[in-house]
Amino acid sequence: MGAVNLIDTLIGGLLLGGLYTLFAIGLSLIFGVMRLVNIAHGDFIVLAAYIAYLVIGATGLHPLVALLVIIPIMAMIGYLLQKWVLNRTMGDDDVLPPLLVTFGLAVIIQNALLAAFTSNSMRLSAGSLQTSSLPLGSMQIGLLPLFTLAVAVILVIVLEFIFARTRVGRAFRATSDDPQIASAIGVRADHIYALAMAISFATIAIASVFLAMRSNFDPYSGPARLIYGFEAVIIGGLGSFYGTLAGGLVLGLAQSFGAQISPNMQILAGHLVFFIILALRPRGLFPKAP
Amino acid sequence: MAEPLLSIDRLSSGYGDFQALFDLSFDLQQGEMLGLVGANGAGKTTLFRAIMGLLPRRQDMVRFRGQPIGALPTSDLATLGIAMVPEGRRLFRSLSVEENLRIAADYGRKGHWTLERIYALFPILAEKRHAPALSLSGGQQQMVAIGRALIANPDLILFDEISLGLAPIVVNEVYAAFPAILASGVGAIVVEQDIARVRKIARHLVCIREGRIVLDGVAETLTLHDLTVAYFGE
Repeated sequence: MGAVNLIDTLIGGLLLGGLYTLFAIGLSLIFGVMRLVNIAHGDFIVLAAYIAYLVIGATGLHPLVALLVIIPIMAMIGYLLQKWVLNRTMGDDDVLPPLLVTFGLAVIIQNALLAAFTSNSMRLSAGSLQTSSLPLGSMQIGLLPLFTLAVAVILVIVLEFIFARTRVGRAFRATSDDPQIASAIGVRADHIYALAMAISFATIAIASVFLAMRSNFDPYSGPARLIYGFEAVIIGGLGSFYGTLAGGLVLGLAQSFGAQISPNMQILAGHLVFFIILALRPRGLFPKAP
Repeated sequence: MAEPLLSIDRLSSGYGDFQALFDLSFDLQQGEMLGLVGANGAGKTTLFRAIMGLLPRRQDMVRFRGQPIGALPTSDLATLGIAMVPEGRRLFRSLSVEENLRIAADYGRKGHWTLERIYALFPILAEKRHAPALSLSGGQQQMVAIGRALIANPDLILFDEISLGLAPIVVNEVYAAFPAILASGVGAIVVEQDIARVRKIARHLVCIREGRIVLDGVAETLTLHDLTVAYFGE
């Protein structure tokens, strides 16, 4: 592998990692706040992509502008889903009931999308953004992947800020630490959980549009997105958004270098790196102090 | 007689099928400090949990300023004016000292107690305001837990074993804050193992044993013998 090729692979991996970070960040958030694993996370990304498709079809907006509509829609869905459905399954330190409900949702969403949109794959057109690139030495860096990574990094910084510095961030952390005592000082856990899910779904909206501008999607695209997001969260270490960003980048790099060995190796290389890190550092690369 | 601040009226509660409290009744007056004593496992912490709604109880079993609050969710009590200093302190581990105080201020009521006044009451906390709450010594953590209750400006604070696990000299330091706390007009129920200490600070004593009230009286009229009998039975 020549030096140029190496740098090319490296940059390609980091840019891909940006997309995986977008998949992962919402998972990381809800696990951090309420120990909830949303098995339908990937399917909600795909659902959001179809909603984007409908919104763009009706309005003719650019996908990135359409986000102004899609983010509130998804945030609302997330809030109500948590408030009306998932909150009823939480409590007693048992993580299984909410996990099973989200598994059921995953199946329902896939089949509903299949019924509504058939299994034909689709894509959102990003217009000139799709084909634009920045020259870097002898290489060309695609503007869309670069923008994806930038958005992922900004999102991580914004979420870290919300958690570390704001009133609602304190409530998220306090409820995560001790929901009973949080309620004793007046924090309503059900509302806090619903807010966390709303923010998670806002990130789902963002992830969906960047996914759909970059590659084809169909009703069954969700589970693979969940796996990449989940691997990024675990690699990075639970409970830290910067860790999730690092996990997304590591996964992107692993796939990028895997693809250099053989195109068939791309996905497998990512999984292998995930397993190796899980074996060597079960708590991930940047775990929060226990 | 003025309306009591808190009325416990034939309160029964427990964990699932296990009943731990049987028909407890007593009143707490405005600004009064009540000492709640009893052996380990008598049901003192359970009573606090039932008052706070962390255990099931019926609507009319707990009244606050005459209003039945037994059916309210725990998270509504802070704005009504009830706060708890829980057993074992239970500070929020991922929050700093100041954040532990601030979050209670966020959700509590406005009034006499502010961040500045808490820091004036416990100067060491001002010094350690940015430290992770659990990095403090036991006594300092207890000060944070008390500050967290005070800063919500409640009318009633439930103190649960605030001397548990602390060295005697540290306990003195923590209790030294009590005159200032009571001077702000707050009523309190204090669970404490050290009977001598309770008798010094509380006029009204309630002793429970095996989930039942076995003694309810004015501290100075009760002899040590009365209390010992109430504690352990005949």
